[in-house]
Amino acid sequence: MGDVRLMKGNEVIAEAAIRCGCDGYFGYPITPQSEVMETLMIRKPQEETGMVVLQAESEVAAINMVYGGASCGKKVMTSSSSPGVSLKQEGITYLAGAELPALIVNIVRGGPGLGTIQPAQSDYFQAVKGGGHGDYKLIVLAPASVQEMNDFVDLSFELAFKYLNPAMILSDGVIGQMMEKVELSEYKPRWTAEEIEKISGSWATTGKTPGAQRRISTSLDLDSAKQEIFNHKLQAKYRAMEENEVRFEKIACDDAEYLFVAYGSSARICQKAVEQAREKGIKVGLLRPITLFPYPTKAIQEMLKNVKGILAVEMSAGQMVEDVRLAVNGKVPVEHFGRYGGIIPTPEEVVEALEQKILGK
Amino acid sequence: MTEEIIIAGFGGQGVLSMGKILAYSGIMQNQEVSWMPSYGPEMRGGTANVTVILSDDRISSPVLKKFDTAIILNQQSMDKFVNEVKPGGTLLYDPNGITHHPERRDINIYRIPGAALAVEMGNPQTFNMIIMGGFLKIKPIVLLENVKKGLEKSLPERHHKLIPLNIQAIQKGSDSVETVHTV
Repeated sequence: MGDVRLMKGNEVIAEAAIRCGCDGYFGYPITPQSEVMETLMIRKPQEETGMVVLQAESEVAAINMVYGGASCGKKVMTSSSSPGVSLKQEGITYLAGAELPALIVNIVRGGPGLGTIQPAQSDYFQAVKGGGHGDYKLIVLAPASVQEMNDFVDLSFELAFKYLNPAMILSDGVIGQMMEKVELSEYKPRWTAEEIEKISGSWATTGKTPGAQRRISTSLDLDSAKQEIFNHKLQAKYRAMEENEVRFEKIACDDAEYLFVAYGSSARICQKAVEQAREKGIKVGLLRPITLFPYPTKAIQEMLKNVKGILAVEMSAGQMVEDVRLAVNGKVPVEHFGRYGGIIPTPEEVVEALEQKILGK
Repeated sequence: MTEEIIIAGFGGQGVLSMGKILAYSGIMQNQEVSWMPSYGPEMRGGTANVTVILSDDRISSPVLKKFDTAIILNQQSMDKFVNEVKPGGTLLYDPNGITHHPERRDINIYRIPGAALAVEMGNPQTFNMIIMGGFLKIKPIVLLENVKKGLEKSLPERHHKLIPLNIQAIQKGSDSVETVHTV
């Protein structure tokens, strides 16, 4: 076994960034994710791997620093929580429009507005339906454990560079603030200038050499015909993600007559609810989307052979449930159960909601 | 084995660090663990609580409504959690400052004068390890040697000289826990 520790989800994001060869972190503090930058500041990776850690003057500055770093072919990231991620939306759509790889971490808190500092999942629409303007998609990963907070940092960069697209880790105050056993990743060295040239040499702005073609990192093209062609290219990329990158987990689904669909910390709560409901003789399973975009639409559709009703459980007033309904397309009843504003549902409440809304008790 | 524990009291009583040491002790014996604190306004208002789960299997929800064991260190926490102990479960509390003692008859209730013993030991910071000792006496879910390893892992190196004192406090707690009621 590797390096096993007891760590908070937020601390692990920082540690995983250092270990996966991240070149730069740019952030601005906000509860409940401040430990990400705090951990980086304590770890001082600039002295170890050369990774830059910088507290920007604002979230807007931080995301634009990410744009700058990403333009140079560097592995760069930022993290924030809901109100801060709203501020970053302009930068995020510019990253998508310029086809730049980067990682944005959102440790979601209750909203709207400044809201609360307690956990929520009410930024689902913002993350998967385009929080900024234009027809773009982020690759969105939803960790449900501290171990996945570790694993998804490296995975996000891998996918971001594979598709030249920003990736988001959409987590929440539960996973960010809780500690679990985690096996940290092995260290990967940061890419050298030669490696960056090899990996991203077709687009990264690493400095024009005589005779070489000028590389420009921009999301602007005033020629509408060209802009439409570019949009076709983006859409093809998103379809390729839907084809190749869907990730999900099924728990107790083999004999399930009913189904919970939940991601992140809600999925953990539903896992307990599955145990409790099965003790009562209710055959319920859990489908946990790991990628929120691309969404496991087909996986849900395949469950419809045996499943008589679905409860989408999320710490929001009903956002992901829309994607479940799109997948199900009216074939079986789909209901939503959520607590919001920073309240975390209990497994008991989830079982009760299943009984009332789906079993009709 | 899965043990679902809530530790609740005032901020400053070492509630969160006791939970952390317990979780680390679980890791030392190759168990899965989770540690979910209250954070934010609730904590800033003076009360602190942490849900700790140790299990031989993958842990489902880190957030729970009902617990196998509640370790209660003030009246507010007693009011909040006394009815959240599963029937047949365990409640351990420090009577210091408790005005309404638990009256349930379907759970095991134990008492430990942690605050008084910490004063006796001349070091209020031993309080949480006295409570830990009491807990491990009634629920020996982790071995003392693993708690020692847990202390080594969770305390910064500069505080390692305090480990013997902490072990003493655990011993003291183990010797001082009183049975109020058993099922």
